[in-house]
Amino acid sequence: MDTTLLKSLSEAHGISGREDAVRKIILEAIYGHASDIRIDPLGSITAIKRGTVAGAPRVMLAAHMDEVGFMVAGVDGDGLVRFTAVGSIDDRILPGMRMKIGANAIPGVVIWTPIHIGREQSVVKLANLRIDIGASSKDDANGKVKLGDMIVFDSYFGELGAAMVRGKALDDRAGCALLIDVLRGGPYPVDVLAAFTVQEEIGLRGAQVAAQTLNPDVAFVLETTTANDIPNPLAVPDEMDEPNPTCRIQGGPVFTILDRSVIVNPRLLQFLRATADKHSIPYQLKTQPGGGTDGGSIHLANGGVATAVISNPSRYIHSPVTYLHRDDFDNTLRLVQAVLHDVNRDVLASLR
Amino acid sequence: MKDLIKSLVEAWGPSGYEHHVRELIRGYAEPYADSIEVDALGNLICRVGQGEGKQRIMVAAHMDEIGLIATFQEPRSGYLRFTPLGGLIHTTLHGSRVRFENGVTGVIGAPEPLGSSRQNAPDLDSFYIDISDGDGAAAVAPGTAAAFWRPLEERGIRLIAKSMDDRIGCVVALEAMRLLAKETPHEVYFAFTVQEEVGIRGARPAAHSIDPDIAIALDVTLAGDEYKGERNGIRLGAGAAIKVQDPGLIVPPAIRDWMISRAEADGIPYQLELLKAGTTDAAQIQSVRAGVPSGCISIPCRFIHTTSETVDMRDVEACVQLLTGLLKH
Repeated sequence: MDTTLLKSLSEAHGISGREDAVRKIILEAIYGHASDIRIDPLGSITAIKRGTVAGAPRVMLAAHMDEVGFMVAGVDGDGLVRFTAVGSIDDRILPGMRMKIGANAIPGVVIWTPIHIGREQSVVKLANLRIDIGASSKDDANGKVKLGDMIVFDSYFGELGAAMVRGKALDDRAGCALLIDVLRGGPYPVDVLAAFTVQEEIGLRGAQVAAQTLNPDVAFVLETTTANDIPNPLAVPDEMDEPNPTCRIQGGPVFTILDRSVIVNPRLLQFLRATADKHSIPYQLKTQPGGGTDGGSIHLANGGVATAVISNPSRYIHSPVTYLHRDDFDNTLRLVQAVLHDVNRDVLASLR
Repeated sequence: MKDLIKSLVEAWGPSGYEHHVRELIRGYAEPYADSIEVDALGNLICRVGQGEGKQRIMVAAHMDEIGLIATFQEPRSGYLRFTPLGGLIHTTLHGSRVRFENGVTGVIGAPEPLGSSRQNAPDLDSFYIDISDGDGAAAVAPGTAAAFWRPLEERGIRLIAKSMDDRIGCVVALEAMRLLAKETPHEVYFAFTVQEEVGIRGARPAAHSIDPDIAIALDVTLAGDEYKGERNGIRLGAGAAIKVQDPGLIVPPAIRDWMISRAEADGIPYQLELLKAGTTDAAQIQSVRAGVPSGCISIPCRFIHTTSETVDMRDVEACVQLLTGLLKH
């Protein structure tokens, strides 16, 4: 894991549709390691790393550049900033959250009622929340922020001991970092068609266009998914109300069986499992089908693309502090590189 | 035709796992098709005819059926948790039987099948599947899909089965292929599609590859003649249902009238269909590439998305006659 690169990717501001800062970092990182580097009309980066075997499959790898965040929706008379979500974010985590607004990264905090006044535990809806940037009036606030400004979590990238890192937007900047490492590595027998996509968090939009353009033979989405391996105080083990674990930290790369956007080709999933077994890489199956990924768009592109989803397991995604374990990142990278060496025309033929 | 219906409706093929159904259909289609291909998503595409300057016509019927997939096994009790493949009706689940691909039979249950207030069915999260066999030999790994299981029943001219939605549409397509006997002035592509029940996913790439001039979807539609049913005008036994619109598709009048005039010229009983909820493969096909004028011939059906989907053979025959007539002229 290139911690310096992951730090800069994590700390870059880039909600859906405003991926510019992330794009700049990635372009610099992959320059010289891929050819045909292009920015498509929606803003996704596509690049090709040519394979060493003529006629080998054209394999798309996709990771999304955007992160969930917010946008300025207006300013109240008292100078408090109204805001709206870009992507899915749990309202419950917002009160007290520190934010950064706009190109000048104006700091602010989401309002809440101190416990001295309100002991009520009910969830405050986003529509009733504001961001306090310390403005004294509407005019004062309007001088600092404007309608449509991007808002991101005010967070930093850090290391928790030797093994774990924390930071915002690891969904899916960790996937971007993986894909950069893939391009820096190699060579591979297959053509690697890399796509760093835009606007995944608001409906898998960039990937649709990238996949139509790249027109791959097979695709793998590199994602960062929810490891819900935290204790649930309400659950009695093995009772009916026990929640399903999704996947866990240090369990290795996560293979999706299905989510809300794609049913992974069962034979391609089997190929992933066999590849992991062959190379003695631990892996886990995602046993909770919530959410969607770029795979939802890619598998329907053009005449259809066999698509699988490979994820880093990580805790607390869609928040300012996502936890990611180095072993999981390293094992996921090893797995992806093994796939690029093992996937061939015979494997593709077996998928039909 | 009954043997064909029995073999298809009793076949195992939930969304994403249509391979057994595909091989069955391929076997039936082979003598009547000029070429057969399987695309990257698993759609089976059979071409009949060379075109001779007429239309490229896509006919779509989906191979998949609603089902579920095991996601997790409770460590001590051995009960399976699952996630749905397609729109399951919660009130029909308790006591339902499913079959996993490896042959293991499961029974779905819920701790409070009538809901805590006895008024509404519990959430899907409350249901589990019992696969116990007394000695722990029956095993189902997470990620294994299952389909509901009931054999076909005949009651006079009516047929009752799981997965009439949409194997009966597949049957209509296969029967039309047989009757055409490779004779058509058009270039006809029969697409047996995947993953309709999870959001009409297979039809779009299939249509992209086929690039048709017009398209016809074949699917079941809600009969409005159930007890206190929605009065949508569709009755079992009253003929092929020619779609006018549903929430996903407004059939272009030219396509609708093409179907109506063919039915009238050939004396085929038909009824017009305005569906309030649900849609078909045609909803996706219509917006592929630069657009494909699309219609739908529907087979009236009672108890859709249960294991007792009921159709009338007279309607099935009428749909076969109408489709064959359209493709012959």
